[in-house]
Amino acid sequence: MQQVTAPLRRDPAPSRAAYRMHRLWLTPVFRALLRVGVPAFVVTMGFGLYLSDDTRRAALGDKVAAMTKSVQERPEFMVTLMAVDGASEPLAAAIRNLVVVEFPVSSFSLDLEAMRAQIETIDAVKSADLRIRAGGILQVDVTERDPAMVWRSAQGLFLLDETGHRIAGLTVRDARPDLALVAGDGADKAVPEALALMAAAGPIAGRIRGLVRMGERRWDLVLDREQRIQLPEDEPVAALERVIALDQAEDILERDLTVVDMRNMQRPTLRLAGDALARLRGEDLKPATRVAGELAGN
Amino acid sequence: MTDLYQSQRAMRNMRRAAMQRGVIAILDVGTSKIACLVLRFDGPERFREDGLGSMAGQSSFRVIGAATTRSRGVRFGEIDAMQETERAIRTAVQAAQKMANVRVDHVIACLSGARPKSYGLAGDIEIAAEQVTEQDVARVLAACDVPDYGSEREVLHAQPVNFALDHRSGLADPRGQNGHRLACDMHLLTVETTALQNLLYCIKRCDLELAGLASSAYVAGIASLVEDEQELGAACIDMGGGATGLSIFIKKHMIYADSVRMGGDHVTSDIAKGLQVPMATAERIKTFYGGVMATGMDDREMIEIGGDSGDWERDRRKVSRAELIGIMRPRVEEILEEVRARLDAAGFDSLPSQQIVLTGGASQIPGLDGLAARILGQNVRLGRPLRVQGLPQAATGAAFASSVGLCLFAAHPQDEWWDFEIPAERYPARSLKRAVKWFRDNW
Repeated sequence: MQQVTAPLRRDPAPSRAAYRMHRLWLTPVFRALLRVGVPAFVVTMGFGLYLSDDTRRAALGDKVAAMTKSVQERPEFMVTLMAVDGASEPLAAAIRNLVVVEFPVSSFSLDLEAMRAQIETIDAVKSADLRIRAGGILQVDVTERDPAMVWRSAQGLFLLDETGHRIAGLTVRDARPDLALVAGDGADKAVPEALALMAAAGPIAGRIRGLVRMGERRWDLVLDREQRIQLPEDEPVAALERVIALDQAEDILERDLTVVDMRNMQRPTLRLAGDALARLRGEDLKPATRVAGELAGN
Repeated sequence: MTDLYQSQRAMRNMRRAAMQRGVIAILDVGTSKIACLVLRFDGPERFREDGLGSMAGQSSFRVIGAATTRSRGVRFGEIDAMQETERAIRTAVQAAQKMANVRVDHVIACLSGARPKSYGLAGDIEIAAEQVTEQDVARVLAACDVPDYGSEREVLHAQPVNFALDHRSGLADPRGQNGHRLACDMHLLTVETTALQNLLYCIKRCDLELAGLASSAYVAGIASLVEDEQELGAACIDMGGGATGLSIFIKKHMIYADSVRMGGDHVTSDIAKGLQVPMATAERIKTFYGGVMATGMDDREMIEIGGDSGDWERDRRKVSRAELIGIMRPRVEEILEEVRARLDAAGFDSLPSQQIVLTGGASQIPGLDGLAARILGQNVRLGRPLRVQGLPQAATGAAFASSVGLCLFAAHPQDEWWDFEIPAERYPARSLKRAVKWFRDNW
């Protein structure tokens, strides 16, 4: 019988624990855990412990901020002045007033997109294009809106562009006699239609005083001698052209009438002036022609 | 029998699980060495369960770890000192795992001792339908009358070796054939339960799951008999350290297995006793100068046996090689005669071909084939195991016949009783009745 009480002198066999450890080490999951999990845990834990202190965190934040500042404030990134191109003098001044930038400033702290949006809130600006040019210049390229109409509204006189967008206020109508006048609520929303009407009304352009938006749905063309052409809601240009054709053939607008009612295209209606009917019934047409001639002469 | 079914089927499931993982270890617990090989299976697409793949199906696996350690606490192929054996198994398994760099959970083991005993079983049934079905095969296997092999023994192998349908015998596969009477011969191998349990306990202590068990005589036969020998009839004699296993094959089935409780270690101890030298020296002398056929030259070849008695000046004994052979030969003759007796008892001389293949560590004694031819018959050859992929050169010798055989066994286990389905009438009828009753009561 071999000695059972005393341990063997030298045993080449691994102990049970060593054997199990070896097997554990050969387990792929355990190995992956030890190779990836433990280092990841140690790094995360160390980082967490380091950052759990407020002062350290603040110091770290300050350091990072200082570093970013030192990079951002390098002279290569500094912007020293703003150049506004494509704007008239007062608009450029308005833009400079609106976009207040304390120069010199780092290009990192300029939010060009926001500045562009801010500039485009100005009525007179159609579009703006901002970029930082070499040499530290904030370049603002502005496209202005072109005035196409004068709108007399309850608030006063305004210039409108061809889309009906308000450009600027106007103190007197005579400041822009080259532009047509529209009036009435909601006239700015139908400016393209008004422009088409004005273009169609070329033959009687000399007599036109303006267009009045009625009930925010249709136009009245107002002529001098307090004549009015009431246009329909649908296809006003065709109606106007019909009136002009009538005028060219029959000179109806020269007659003594106040309203040409084209609101119903099937039933054009004329309203004569108060005394015109009496004069028609009267003896001679002369006074009427005379008056018409007088008026035409005016 | 049901119990046997359960445990063997559980082992088969373990083997399947190991195949899915792709790694399995084989463990050969011998008297002189414990070998552990780690096999890697290259996936089911290359592992064809049906016919033979390339290289007789061996290319499906590869040995990726191999380790051998001196066995401790094993005598006659049985575990003698449990703790010692457990340590030795641990050493081998750890070294093999280290070489393979993979963790092994499933192990297939073999044991050489434990007094194996063979039984030939026969059973026959009437077939209800004309054609033989799977169920009929299961029924005929169940109809085999199991001998009373005693409560202290356990079934290790139960392989159907022959099917006969009416008057036609030697059917490879009776399924689908027409007939009335199906008969079956089965080979049953039992071993002592205690030896088995000791081995199981040792493996369990090493945190390993057993995926199969085999007799080392059987697996040595698989490894070292060539296909023709297995087909025509041959005996494989696995001369191990503490036990000599013998297995007889015919028609590719093992029909008999036994073991002689003598082996190379007895030769060594004879030398140690005869020459008055320590066992280690005796082992060394045996492996370097051993032999069984003396010639005139051997009288003049002197072997220094240095007694290791601490008295180097005086203890300079020398023996001639003839003396050494004179000590070894009687023991080897005794072993071979015992084997002869077992073969005669099994009726080996009535087989058509009587090829005998010597393998195992002790078969490497020079001149053994000549001696064996005198005792066992003329058709004797020395066998070396099949070559498997990845096996280290050191593990390709005859001593590793059962290890290599276990590899083949792991890759392609032969159909055993428990691989067939359980006949339907064996299912407990009571539970079915209870289920029906439950339905009736509740619906």
